[in-house]
Amino acid sequence: MRYRLEARARPAQAMVWLSPVLAAALSVIGISVLFAVLGRNPVQALDVLFIQPLETLDGLAELALKATPLLLCAIGIAIGCRAEVWNIGAEGQFTVGAIAGGGVALTFGGHDYWWLQPAMLLAGIGGGMAWAAIPALLKTKFNAHEILTTLMLTYVAIQLLGYVVHGPWKDPEGYSFPQTKQFAPDAMLPMLIDETRLHIGAMFALASVPLAALLLGRSMMGFRIRTVGAAPAAARYAGFSRNTVVWVCLLLSGGLAGLAGIFEVAGPDGQLTPVISPGYGFAAIIVAFLGRLNPFGILFSSLLMALLYLGGEGLQVSMQLPIAVTGTIQGMLLFFLLAADVFINYRVRRVPARAARALTHA
Amino acid sequence: MNASALPPRLRLTGIVKRYAATLANDGVSLSIAPGEIHALLGENGAGKSTLVKIIYGVARPDAGTIEWEGKEINIPDPNAARRLGVGMVFQHFSLFESLTVAENIALGLGATESIADLTTRIAAVARRYGLAVEPGRHVHHLSVGERQRVEIVRCLLQSPRLLIMDEPTSVLTPQEAEGLFDVLRRLAAEGCSVLYISHKLEEIKALCEHATVLRAGRVVGECDPRIASEQQMAEMMIGGALPVAHRSAPLHEGKPCLQVSKLTLASDEPFGTTLRDISLQLRDGQILGIAGVAGNGQKELLAALAGERRAPQADSVLVCGTPAGHLGPTARRRLGLSFIPEERLGRGAIAEFPLSENGLLTAYPHGFVRAGLIRYGAVNKYAAGIIKRFAVKASGIDARGSSLSGGNMQKFIVGREIGTNPRVLLAAHPTWGVDIGAAIAIRQALMDLAAAGSGVLVVSEDLAELFEISDFIAVLSGGRLSAPKPARETTVEEVGLLMGGRMAAEGAAHAL
Repeated sequence: MRYRLEARARPAQAMVWLSPVLAAALSVIGISVLFAVLGRNPVQALDVLFIQPLETLDGLAELALKATPLLLCAIGIAIGCRAEVWNIGAEGQFTVGAIAGGGVALTFGGHDYWWLQPAMLLAGIGGGMAWAAIPALLKTKFNAHEILTTLMLTYVAIQLLGYVVHGPWKDPEGYSFPQTKQFAPDAMLPMLIDETRLHIGAMFALASVPLAALLLGRSMMGFRIRTVGAAPAAARYAGFSRNTVVWVCLLLSGGLAGLAGIFEVAGPDGQLTPVISPGYGFAAIIVAFLGRLNPFGILFSSLLMALLYLGGEGLQVSMQLPIAVTGTIQGMLLFFLLAADVFINYRVRRVPARAARALTHA
Repeated sequence: MNASALPPRLRLTGIVKRYAATLANDGVSLSIAPGEIHALLGENGAGKSTLVKIIYGVARPDAGTIEWEGKEINIPDPNAARRLGVGMVFQHFSLFESLTVAENIALGLGATESIADLTTRIAAVARRYGLAVEPGRHVHHLSVGERQRVEIVRCLLQSPRLLIMDEPTSVLTPQEAEGLFDVLRRLAAEGCSVLYISHKLEEIKALCEHATVLRAGRVVGECDPRIASEQQMAEMMIGGALPVAHRSAPLHEGKPCLQVSKLTLASDEPFGTTLRDISLQLRDGQILGIAGVAGNGQKELLAALAGERRAPQADSVLVCGTPAGHLGPTARRRLGLSFIPEERLGRGAIAEFPLSENGLLTAYPHGFVRAGLIRYGAVNKYAAGIIKRFAVKASGIDARGSSLSGGNMQKFIVGREIGTNPRVLLAAHPTWGVDIGAAIAIRQALMDLAAAGSGVLVVSEDLAELFEISDFIAVLSGGRLSAPKPARETTVEEVGLLMGGRMAAEGAAHAL
């Protein structure tokens, strides 16, 4: 008896949405095995990972808080992916957005200017856009591949953040810790629920979902983006400029990542530190694909990924597992997703023993 | 003849193949003798491709038997077919764009010999059969015609015992097609059987000894094409009387709607053709046919006319009197220009998109967008209108581009381009690889558009088609355009000689 993969006549639509579910289920099995190997009780660990974070209002607020940057970054990444513009550097755009918005907060905070917070958000968006404009320029002028340039610029952005918090913006009264002053109270984002850390950024993230759906599904620009991704020659024929689409996608995803960056530092943190993100920009790539590059799908996958972050923290605290467990689980999820995606275009066919022999002998 | 005493090279009996909803082959039987050139006739969707896939091991029959030289066999995959000696030239080529001709052939053969040795063999086979193929060139620079020659050479290198040719002459000059027939006749004389799929009935009459006609998955007739008339064969295929395309006189001999003056444009590809000093004038109500072998500047000329490439001077291309040389495709569409491109899926239409959005692809400047948002109601109505007017066989406006046959996709594209009432229509190889019924409908649509007062420019390699529909014919050769002549005052031979101009020059260069 042998099995083989056989191409399907057309992609299986059911499998497109079943695949993330299957991947999540396989990941749970994989995680359980991992816990058992590490000598922990898998049932208890799964409870810490998936159930406990959701049992309190505070836990739910933290979930929404962590989903906010993931959602914003993933929406931008997904729009780019529809045009086959692969922005791998949301983490860098997030960081520069945080620096730019944080700079405005540090410079103009404390005077109760009415325009302070809008200016911070615009600076965050502008910072992310500026960082994404570099790969856009390199791609449209020199055809440099954005996968490389966006990724490399992420490391530059992290160095830039290290420089400002170690150097010019270091808090003089901070006992030499590499961090800026606390933002003034008027530079801190309004909270949505009292006694929690959930801030107004979550509303922006939620609003980005229908807006992105409108852009991709109903607008002419979205049609251009999808056409450039699906058939570049058809886009040329129709007169859609690839360069315009590259610019729009990178600026949009850079701007969203930058917005997520300023939300992160002006929301829960209130200052710039050398590490402002536990890899949201990279995890958002997984979120985007897990959500099938569909804004509504991404809403769900961002919540799942936020849960993994929360549960991962729980595992560190209550079961003394290292932070690497979170990364391992993320990796497992992506691995199983890519594997399950094969079945969108292929199916497994059992080859009867006789035919299998004939195949080998022929 | 003693050939008939031998067991047939291939005998199919009662082949059935069902795809999800459709019965693609319904009890098809067919027998090909050694050294026979056998025609397989049928409209798109008649089941020819499925039958060929079964012979080539790409698909497995649900029922029926396959006998090879008298022995019942299974053909589980294309490798098994190739080992038997079945060679196939597909209508849609399977070549890697970024590799050279020789590298592509090496991949197809799974050969262990060096590229240098293979290059020598390719050159030898190409010379022996008179097929112009340069082993060192990259495939992405090759025209459709050149790509096909690569596929033919790839098959011939394997010394096939049964060669399947799917629409092989649609991209050849009359002289080249005649050359190909010589190749096939020589192969047949050497004992190789040929299964020849074509819509060009005059070719089948000239070449084939036997024809099997398929319709809706069944064999509906067999004949000796040397005896049967083209009309008889066509009516067997479509199962009814043959519609005839009819040219009504243009309403008026109008003003110039497309003018090109002294356009010189270097190709942006290393092996492309430079356009040299092109001048032409198209008037309202006229059909101008541009003949020539692919690779002589057709792609470049169409790109320059449609706006995908800009001209150095704005006034070297005038669309409806407006200088358009510097304008892009969208701006030229707004001036009243439409364009039917050579490639269907991937360029003229998008495989993954529904027909509604495929309609929007180029019609969008004509009121389908408001405040940046697509008016899907109007888009859906437009697509439904095209499907109805051109009898496009599709499950509806939500059908993906990939679910349509080539002919139906092309009817949809033609409908979309005509539907915006263009003053100027550019059509590249509008009926290439399209079945008779669809081809007649497309030609009729072009002629109706001209009769209604628009100018139509048709680039085609099908001379019969150009002579049927054109008022004027010019020839593009080596990037130069001959002076257009009234179609009634020129002949196939004269046009053929102009088309061969570049070939002769190349031959001289090789001789040096």
